Amino acid sequence: MSEIADKVKKIVVEHLGVEESKVTPEASFIDDLGADSLDTVELVMAFEEAFNVEIPEDAAEKIATVKDAIDYIEAQKKAA
Amino acid sequence: MFSLTSKVALVTGATGGIGAAIARQLHRQGAVVVITGTRESVLNELAAGLGKERVHAVTADLSDPASADQLIARAEEAAGAPLDILVNNAGLTRDMLAIRMKDEDWDKVINVDLSSPFRLCRAALKGMLRRRSGRIINIASVVGATGNAGQANYTAAKAGLVGMTKSLAQEAGARGVTLNVVAPGFIATPMTDVLPEAQKEKLVGAIPLARMGTPDDVASAVLYLASDEAAWVTGSTLHVNGGMAMI
Repeated sequence: MSEIADKVKKIVVEHLGVEESKVTPEASFIDDLGADSLDTVELVMAFEEAFNVEIPEDAAEKIATVKDAIDYIEAQKKAA
Repeated sequence: MFSLTSKVALVTGATGGIGAAIARQLHRQGAVVVITGTRESVLNELAAGLGKERVHAVTADLSDPASADQLIARAEEAAGAPLDILVNNAGLTRDMLAIRMKDEDWDKVINVDLSSPFRLCRAALKGMLRRRSGRIINIASVVGATGNAGQANYTAAKAGLVGMTKSLAQEAGARGVTLNVVAPGFIATPMTDVLPEAQKEKLVGAIPLARMGTPDDVASAVLYLASDEAAWVTGSTLHVNGGMAMI
């Protein structure tokens, strides 16, 4: 697992208070991890802070699963 | 009842008549109070009046967006703990009939009375949502609900504050953070002292409780909404106007 994936997982565990084993790449924040809309916004803001990237609103809306988040951040980091 | 022991509260516009009374009442109930205003000497005087403990003075000009954005962090640094209670009390007026009102008179009032409270709410909510607790009280005005000739800018800002508070209350509700409005009526402050006696009599004549309000009348309402006892009250407007407008 990449460093980014590790960090994303850690942030998700911390913010949603879920067990690490549940944070699989396919896990949906809302459907599988019990997040509400506010949680997802807070998660995006936590990602922005942790990775020093900006995630615009339209991109944030498409981040539904753990993998979505990892992919987006990795793409941003590569582009930088 | 209404104990605020170990809570950290920020009161903006604390150098005004109402702001000072709010700061005093929250302090009396045990809160660590951060008072903010533009006038440093008045702020320091108020801080000294509150005593040496649990009071911090932070000067800030809320007409400057950057200053508003940074104020929550500065207040928390001064208090040495996260913010529990935010009271958006700072405000100003630029009264004149609309046909004479310039864009800058409109913009200035909207900026300080509506945009700046939004910026402070936004900054405060980030931490409050994470901590799953917090109280925000926005000070509006009866004229935000009734309108008032000569105050198109001020009434728009104050009515806007009510709508904003309701939206934020819905966003923050799931985290146990409450936001409410206190809407004062005709309050005796240095600002209203200068009115001619005849005009004051006329105004008081329209108040069922037959007197002007005091800053402490307003502060008591704020204290209630800031307390644990108001845990199930959010998005509401508490009118403190002696019955002048029963809305």
